Amino acid sequence: MSIPLADLVTILPECLVVLAACVLFVLDPVMPASKKDFLAWMCVGTLVVCFFITAAGMGEKTFAFSNLVVVDSYASFWKLLLYVVSGMTILLSIGYLKEERIDLAEFYGFIMLSLTGMMIMVSGSDLLVIYLGIELMSISLYIMCGFKRFEAKSIEASAKYFILGAFSSGLLLYGISLIFGAAGSTQLVEIAAAVNARGLDDPLVLIAMMLIIVGFAFKVAAVPFHMWTPDVYQGAPTTVTAFMAVASKAASFAAFLRVLLEGFGGVKPNWSGLILGMCILTLILGNIVAIVQTNIKRMLAYSSIAHAGYALIGVVVAGWMGTGAGVASAGVSSIMLYLAIYSFMTMGAFAMVAILRRGGLEGEELDDFTGLAKRHKGAAFLMMLFMISLAGIPPTAGFIGKFYLFMAAVNAGLTWLAVVGLVFAAVSAFYYLRVVMVMYMREPSSEQELETRLALSPTAMVVLAFAVAGVVFLGVYPGPLVSIATSSALPLP
Amino acid sequence: MLTATLVVALRNPIHSALSLLVMFFHVAGLYVTLHAEFLAAIQIIVYAGAILVLYLFVVMLLNIKREEQFNKQGVVAMFLGFVLLAETVLLGISRGFLIASPHAPLPVQAGASVGNTESIGELLYSTYLFPFEIASLILLVAMVGAVILTKKGIMEPKS
Repeated sequence: MSIPLADLVTILPECLVVLAACVLFVLDPVMPASKKDFLAWMCVGTLVVCFFITAAGMGEKTFAFSNLVVVDSYASFWKLLLYVVSGMTILLSIGYLKEERIDLAEFYGFIMLSLTGMMIMVSGSDLLVIYLGIELMSISLYIMCGFKRFEAKSIEASAKYFILGAFSSGLLLYGISLIFGAAGSTQLVEIAAAVNARGLDDPLVLIAMMLIIVGFAFKVAAVPFHMWTPDVYQGAPTTVTAFMAVASKAASFAAFLRVLLEGFGGVKPNWSGLILGMCILTLILGNIVAIVQTNIKRMLAYSSIAHAGYALIGVVVAGWMGTGAGVASAGVSSIMLYLAIYSFMTMGAFAMVAILRRGGLEGEELDDFTGLAKRHKGAAFLMMLFMISLAGIPPTAGFIGKFYLFMAAVNAGLTWLAVVGLVFAAVSAFYYLRVVMVMYMREPSSEQELETRLALSPTAMVVLAFAVAGVVFLGVYPGPLVSIATSSALPLP
Repeated sequence: MLTATLVVALRNPIHSALSLLVMFFHVAGLYVTLHAEFLAAIQIIVYAGAILVLYLFVVMLLNIKREEQFNKQGVVAMFLGFVLLAETVLLGISRGFLIASPHAPLPVQAGASVGNTESIGELLYSTYLFPFEIASLILLVAMVGAVILTKKGIMEPKS
């Protein structure tokens, strides 16, 4: 047995992240409790190094490990995004975990290993590798959801997520094994050849494709496979919720698109029809149900379902019948752009929930935000910024993301779908702006004034600064990100 | 077939588990006749060795005394069983027993010179080295996670 050195160099970032996690697991028991923050900083340092390694390798396309792994611009784009999100989660967690008294350094190790799983997902060119990446990511997330283990809600979130996640993994694996039966290989290239040769007349290919789509739909929380989202997002520790809502969704979309376009590229019209249905259902349900939520975390969970619906518009465009390669690849790059922007604003919104505290608890109810503007002007202003960005109102980045998605839909001849998206964006403005209204228009009760406070650690401020910079800068000047997304969109067959 | 029936039919759960064990061994024997020695070994190690012991532990810990729990499902079970049997027979007749695949069967490379187990090991450490390593990471996560979620005294609830 020999490991080719060139292959190891190709996956150097993955190796470094795993190494950091292992060093952390070993050092944690022998370090004094006062120095535990060092471990978190070590992880952040590793992420910065990885960021530069991946950024330097942008534009190349390398295969490694007998073509099971591919590192191309598409994978690199997602990896850069994932580094940023993971780094923000770690920085936010340093203060949050102390506040919640769940200050264990292993938490950062799980984030790093979960990140490894996501990196493997986005650069897997083989269904087996993609599946293992998903499992690595999910198992770390199940554990992190249950980190507040003395709280029933957190345990419930963990158990629910575990059972439904295992179920969806089973469906996905079943689909993979069927397509292996049809193609004789789990490599996406050979699957594409088999799909082209047989088409969907072969029930084996048809059922495999549907099962794989369902499996991924669970992971990106698209209706009707979204049932786990609200409870899990609400029960999990807030920083974990932010990590799940952003990183795991981005990585799942990345792998989903790669499997659909590279593996099932031959039957595009068929799957884009299926996904069109899912997309519309997701938009309707996510936005309508979010209106009646009074818990901010739950509302953000439904809002993240709705945002998955918007991103699915891009998937539909990428596979829509009769679209040219240019339009289809605009669909792909608009998803990349949208999820990058979505990451910043969602991260910011969850960071606000994490730092606003009422007594010893988190300020996660809508009531806790009542009259926030009177007490903490800055915090209320930032929350307002994230909310109008999530609603997609210019000049914030949320508008740019939706704009490019709807443009792609219009160019593909799906103007009506863009209109549907627009209508539901208007609906969503209602519940986002309600938060703003509650913060600015209502008087806080005297009891609240005593109880509510901001647990603002320096690292959380860095995260907020990052999120605000992302929301504002990308809203005013999106050019660079657009060009990066366009140039690293998946080459279409 | 006989032992599989016994698993369901026997009243004592321990006896059921033991006949399950015998069935596992028979399935392993079937694998050997198909020249899948590796699968046969895994069948015995994983199913007979690990999973069955887990079953027995659960059965003994729970100490199930009441045995009339599921007796009312007999009619439904017989009906479903009959439907499935009829379906199998129909399919067998209509497709001429061996379901003729519309495609040529995939070529089976029998490891003629080296044994089945060796060739799987060879593949695992060469072509599929990368997935193999990811699987090891998954086990690491599961192990550390189990400790974190269950160990006493590493986290105190808020006062």
